[in-house]
Amino acid sequence: MQKRRKLGRGVAIVGAGMSKFGLFKDKDARDLLVEAYDEMLSSVDKGVDPNDIEAMWMGNFTSDFYVHQGHWGPIVADLLGHVPKPVTRTEGACAAATLAFRDAVFAIASGFYDVVLAGGLEEMSKVTTEEATEGLALALDGQYEGIAGFTFPGVFAATAKAYFEKYGATHEHLMNVTIKSHNNARFNPKAQFNASVRDIMNSRIERAKKRGDPVPTWKDEREFLRDLNFNPMVAWPLQVFDCCPISDGASCILLVAEEIARNFTDNPIYVIGMGQGSGRPLHTKEDLTYFEANRYAAKEAYELSGIKPEDIQFAEVHDCFSIAEIIHIEDLGFFKPGEGYKAVEEGLTRLDGPKPINTSGGLKCKGHPVGATGTAQMYEVWKQLRGEAGERQIPNKNLRIGATHNLGGTGGTCTLSIFERR
Amino acid sequence: MEERPISTISFHQFLNEEKLMGSKCKKCGTLFSPPRPICFKCFSREMEWAELKGKGKLLTFTCIYVGPPWMIAEGYDRKHPYCSGVVELEEGVRIDARIEGVDATNPEAIKIGTPLTAEFLHRGEEGRMKTFLAFKPL
Repeated sequence: MQKRRKLGRGVAIVGAGMSKFGLFKDKDARDLLVEAYDEMLSSVDKGVDPNDIEAMWMGNFTSDFYVHQGHWGPIVADLLGHVPKPVTRTEGACAAATLAFRDAVFAIASGFYDVVLAGGLEEMSKVTTEEATEGLALALDGQYEGIAGFTFPGVFAATAKAYFEKYGATHEHLMNVTIKSHNNARFNPKAQFNASVRDIMNSRIERAKKRGDPVPTWKDEREFLRDLNFNPMVAWPLQVFDCCPISDGASCILLVAEEIARNFTDNPIYVIGMGQGSGRPLHTKEDLTYFEANRYAAKEAYELSGIKPEDIQFAEVHDCFSIAEIIHIEDLGFFKPGEGYKAVEEGLTRLDGPKPINTSGGLKCKGHPVGATGTAQMYEVWKQLRGEAGERQIPNKNLRIGATHNLGGTGGTCTLSIFERR
Repeated sequence: MEERPISTISFHQFLNEEKLMGSKCKKCGTLFSPPRPICFKCFSREMEWAELKGKGKLLTFTCIYVGPPWMIAEGYDRKHPYCSGVVELEEGVRIDARIEGVDATNPEAIKIGTPLTAEFLHRGEEGRMKTFLAFKPL
């Protein structure tokens, strides 16, 4: 019998920062982490003395493979001036930074530390697309999924096919996710692609005109997305615009014990729910149209917080692929299984809809430096709950509860974290 | 009775011998593919090998345009995609495999539920030989 979980004491976010995400020739992961860290420091309303930060947890997935750098802990400690304080690297594929956050929360809730930094960093742009694909595929079950030729997009593509077969959705429904995410990213200056699909389409037309190439005659953005010359196939049925990009970036948040949170800000964001689950590879999954780890993580987070899916007003979910966003919003209980794609089609997940999803533009548009994504999602929730999201601020004036959902690998590690403004 | 340890290494050795093997829990009777040393239904360690017939049907699939290095080495690329899938075996268990004998450039024509039979693709040179599990339409 599983006992009811609880935190030993409350934990709050009092600062958050993220670097711009994108492909940077002249910046490495260290530069980007400093960028995120500096923004975090300046975001603490009443200030923080860096000496008060007692420990750090830092997510990173495959720097070992991409830039031949393992053992990030002491490098981060030294870079940010915190030697000899402890820094622990966490690895959970694309969920690495949420695992860093979780461990930081446990450390504070246990009473061991009061002030902890959690974050993540990743540098992926210095390799070819093929090498990047190979690096990401390290998160598969190599002896079974990998050897069968599956890539990361390949697993999600096979999942999409299974979902289509079961619920009657088509690739046209996936386009709705892409179009929605790009619309949100227009208003996110830190996003790798801060343009709508229509903006991108128009710029391709302009480019063709300028070069004297044949001018494409797409009548709308859907026709553009169907064009395999401009939106090539990656792993059928997923095309480039169904996939998050390869990105560099870093992010971090400052977590403190609830009882001292107001020493740092009058507007802290409290951690009220956390859940993490594990899942199996493709061949051992009971059902290919959902993620078991998602449902376990969600159950744990809802139980801890005492709230229900309908109480979550908005969420950042792990849209590494368009199909993933649809499955997540079902697994987290926002919509019934098989209804997610209809909800997106009806506009329910738009910025001005009843359940805004990925107001940041999501991984698809904001970028997905894998090890940095978890705390970057929290950065967005922090901004939204404090009313600081600028042009992409959710119109609901009474925003109180937001969530982040972070997935590692092909659903092997999933997390749900829930946050509240009081 | 097969005495090899129930392991991933043994599974791949069997593939090399053109045998598709799973494991069966002696305590609760659950069959697993690929083999596993610990039963996730009853936590028993009492596992025995179970040979699978290598017949099944296509459960889901994808056609991949950007593959891993060893698939690129076999000549697959953006112009020549390949198919990978999950096969539900007659015994009720599943396995990931390459799907051969289908036109990966025309995925719409590949049908879920297609009856398939196992094929063993031996690649590499003597001493460094590796066998890949594939399935092809019956």
